[in-house]
Amino acid sequence: MSTDPDFTGPTTENLVFDAAEAQRRRRGSTLVRIGDHLKREWQLYAMLLPTILWLIIFLYKPMYGLQIAFKDYSIFRGVADSPWIGLEHFNTLFNNDQFLRAVKNTVIISFYSLLFGFPMPILLALMFNEVLNQTFKKSAQTIVYLPHFISSVIIAGIVITAFSPSAGIVNTVLGWLGIDSIYFLTKPEWFRPIFVGTGIWQEAGFQSIVYLAAIAGVSPTLYESAVVDGASRWQMMWKITVPSIMPTIIIMLIIRIGNILEVSFEMIILLYQPATYETADVVNTFIYRQGLQGGQYDFAAAAGLFNAVVAFVLVMTANTISKRYSRTSLW
Amino acid sequence: MANMNLYSRGDKLFVIVNMVLLGLFTISTLYPFIYIASLSMSTGFEARAGNVILTPVGFTLEAYKQVLSEPQFWISYRNTFIYTIGGVLMSLAFIIPGAYALSRPQLYGRRFWNLAVAFTMWFNAGLIPFFLNMRDLGLLDSYFGIIIGFAVNGFNIILLRNFFEAIPQSFEEAARMDGANEFQVLWKVYMPLSKPAIATVALFCIVSRWNGFFWAMVLLQDEDKIPLQVYLRHVIVELSDDEEFATTLLTSAYSFETVSAAIIVCSIIPILLIYPFLQKYFSKGILLGGVKE
Repeated sequence: MSTDPDFTGPTTENLVFDAAEAQRRRRGSTLVRIGDHLKREWQLYAMLLPTILWLIIFLYKPMYGLQIAFKDYSIFRGVADSPWIGLEHFNTLFNNDQFLRAVKNTVIISFYSLLFGFPMPILLALMFNEVLNQTFKKSAQTIVYLPHFISSVIIAGIVITAFSPSAGIVNTVLGWLGIDSIYFLTKPEWFRPIFVGTGIWQEAGFQSIVYLAAIAGVSPTLYESAVVDGASRWQMMWKITVPSIMPTIIIMLIIRIGNILEVSFEMIILLYQPATYETADVVNTFIYRQGLQGGQYDFAAAAGLFNAVVAFVLVMTANTISKRYSRTSLW
Repeated sequence: MANMNLYSRGDKLFVIVNMVLLGLFTISTLYPFIYIASLSMSTGFEARAGNVILTPVGFTLEAYKQVLSEPQFWISYRNTFIYTIGGVLMSLAFIIPGAYALSRPQLYGRRFWNLAVAFTMWFNAGLIPFFLNMRDLGLLDSYFGIIIGFAVNGFNIILLRNFFEAIPQSFEEAARMDGANEFQVLWKVYMPLSKPAIATVALFCIVSRWNGFFWAMVLLQDEDKIPLQVYLRHVIVELSDDEEFATTLLTSAYSFETVSAAIIVCSIIPILLIYPFLQKYFSKGILLGGVKE
């Protein structure tokens, strides 16, 4: 500001000067502020740095490496120096029967997992909620949560042993019923039921935790007044509990649909064999065979990019919808 | 719903049917484990003949002797311990300070840094670029590669950050008055208050390390470095297709089936040992991580 005692009012020159001065002061003070801030809070940035560096080196750098999907990648030239070839890999990809089959299988397997696997945890949570004997409830929960923590290799080992044609328990039971032994894991028509069933067996109990938490949040007064009105437990379950947890159910459903491309391919790698590829091969197992086993890195990376982009769009859409629906996004 | 005093006949029936159905589901979850345990303690002959249903037939521990006398079993067991302990410590060393910094309101660009973490949960470059990156970094066939390459995980950071954010600022005021710096505030105030959350993250890390097999299979060729799960896959999955091998294991005392079952039992035991802790923390953990971004 001008300190001239003769100053009578704002002139254009004065205004321009004042604006420039103010901006200079502000910029100066911003720099000073950042400097002060860093001097005072450098420890916070030192704590953050390792995590950010890790993310850059192990997760963001591979995103830069995704460019090989548009390149004729050679190991000797490296990511940056391999020549660009445009969309050639994608052309090959969308004319590749195996890839199209893998996309189809991914969607079908996910759809079955959703159809049969989604209601199970809800049902389990409702059933747990109706158990009055706490000891029974605790022990049952302890048991049904357990398979979630067992590795996919062990689960696959159990499946392979149980479905073994010679000694497995499944064929033993079929034998009692007079049915000839079936080599289930070599039969394409059996792969999806076994895979989806295994997934439900492993995860349904653990997934019920989310719904149990939602049920725990239902106000007890709702039940008390229903009891006064003479409602049965069955009625209360359907008229109070289920509507109360409906928001959670819908959010979980949206998220599951958003993750439809995510099939636990680790388990598929363990359970499938060439005889069952036609129903079992999904996008990630296709990428694994073509890229990591077959060495066609660029082509497989193109399949991976396609997968990641579609998955990203689906997840973000699901996230937006669930956010709008509940105002609190789960992820 | 413990506030139920009045039971109609319908309610009683409902409760009983519910308990029976739940009991059946629980038994069907438990049964495969019992079956495998019984198989592992049966004779090879009975197992091969499909006579094992519920309890061991012709009790013998020969299959365990066979498993435990295999040097590769012990090598891979040791490696799994190295990857699990090293991996958990590495993860906590990154995640605790990182989550703390992200939880501080005075951090510049806090939204940006948080987004940079969350984005990795939504978009993933995929198998091939990750693999090529590990190779370019010279981390194939390396203990260090497995331990560092999977140390940070967006979900765990966000879980812990949410927990730190929920701690009232008033807790740290006394420490601030004494002139404590950020490291001291984290160490003396936040970490003691966050033991349950840190335990949850540590247990998540332990389970994923103990069970991890895919990347270990892809990144490790050297048999001296493979973890238990990769060895398990080799024995159970790959050799199950190999009839010739399976018949060499066929003696009266043990068979391919009983040996597989015995390995499965040996590798589940550590998970069962920490399971009480897991159960205590994990349900809190998944709910905490899901509250907000």
